[in-house]
Amino acid sequence: MQFLIERLPLYLDGAWVTIQLTIGGCALAFVLAMAFGILGSMKHGLPRAVATVYVEVFRGIAALVLMFWMAYALPLATGFQLNDVFAAILAVGLNVGAYGAEVVRAAINAVPRAQIEGTVALNMSWFQRTRLVVVPQAWAQMLPTFGNLVIELMKATAVAYLIGVTDLTAVADQMREATGETIVAFSGALILYYVIAQVLIFGMRLLERRANRKLGRTPPGGAGLFALLRPPKTGTKVGVAQ
Amino acid sequence: MTWDLQFTLDSMPTLLEGLLVTVQVTAMGYLIALSLGLLIAIARRVPVAGSVLHVVMEFVRTTPLVVQLVFVFFLTPPNISGMTVGVVVIGVHYSAYTAEVYRSGIEGVAKGQWEAARALSLPATRTWGAIVLPQAIRKVIPALGNYLISMFKDTPLLIAIGVAELLTRAQQIGSASFRVVEAYTMVGFLFLLVSIPSAIIIRRLERRYAAV
Repeated sequence: MQFLIERLPLYLDGAWVTIQLTIGGCALAFVLAMAFGILGSMKHGLPRAVATVYVEVFRGIAALVLMFWMAYALPLATGFQLNDVFAAILAVGLNVGAYGAEVVRAAINAVPRAQIEGTVALNMSWFQRTRLVVVPQAWAQMLPTFGNLVIELMKATAVAYLIGVTDLTAVADQMREATGETIVAFSGALILYYVIAQVLIFGMRLLERRANRKLGRTPPGGAGLFALLRPPKTGTKVGVAQ
Repeated sequence: MTWDLQFTLDSMPTLLEGLLVTVQVTAMGYLIALSLGLLIAIARRVPVAGSVLHVVMEFVRTTPLVVQLVFVFFLTPPNISGMTVGVVVIGVHYSAYTAEVYRSGIEGVAKGQWEAARALSLPATRTWGAIVLPQAIRKVIPALGNYLISMFKDTPLLIAIGVAELLTRAQQIGSASFRVVEAYTMVGFLFLLVSIPSAIIIRRLERRYAAV
């Protein structure tokens, strides 16, 4: 215990890097998921093909392989050296963005047909329809799966220590090497990861509640504030590929 | 930098050996994940112990696999190989996911099925074995398949504990020859070569079982 308290600042520095990687990765993944998800839900064949290629390529290659490629192969192939943190964000963002694009596409396709027909009857443009009708309804459906993807992304950032980023895992590894206290060194990191994950889960549930309320639905798990602390019972899909 | 085709071809046997290790780890880890996950899903229905188990599995699921791998690797005695540690840790990590999949399948079984089994006074083993699990598992086959692909894509993490899988081999080739572009790019292609066909198979499975 003494050990951990003395070295807490180091761990918090590492955790801060992990949080930066997570936020950066999430921002990139979100933009990519929205863009390619909407492309994938279009009627025309060309945008759909573009989305399929992106999804299959970046979902098919592991984030770590992508990271190694960007950190070690890209500089030699193009003479352009990426910053380590940036390479890590790019790799996890591209990877999780591909999963997210599938979620967005499925949610958009699940919006009832009558809603689309309504927008046609009201003579809305494609842009108005997407912004005012389709995305707000699909949004509530995307969020539970996005919540899982955010956790997956946060966990995926841990491999960044293998390309030399000093994140939480790197700090734990240095601690182990310096002191030989394997159990304490890694327990500290695992607990901090767990805390970060719980904060992320809580935040995503808040977002979910807001999205459901805006559509006039009672959030799954009940309406009270305590419902946030209870895990939703059924219908939530856990994990990555959906 | 130019692409050296001859070098690429020369390094293929080594890379394919690495791919074989990757496939072995995935297959053995998946067996652990499938069986342990089912046990956990059933054990979670026990009142108090189930809740404790839930918290433990939640911890396993929300912390990074690579940290768990390195942690366990340094705790085990040196005569246990990295490969064994890798298989067990990946298997246990993914059993936290498969347990949730099984749970959703079990909860999806209609209440009347349980009641009928009870009315017929069937023993617990028959209720689970002949009524609940066959219906539950059938529905979650595509979801379980997705975790097989995820697991395959997590095997490069074994580089952290020195198992000679695909990415480790590429790194070795790279450091021996200073030609890393070919090696790492081929690793990417090999991953696509396995994961795209398996994604197609999963989609077929989904179409076949989702309707039931």
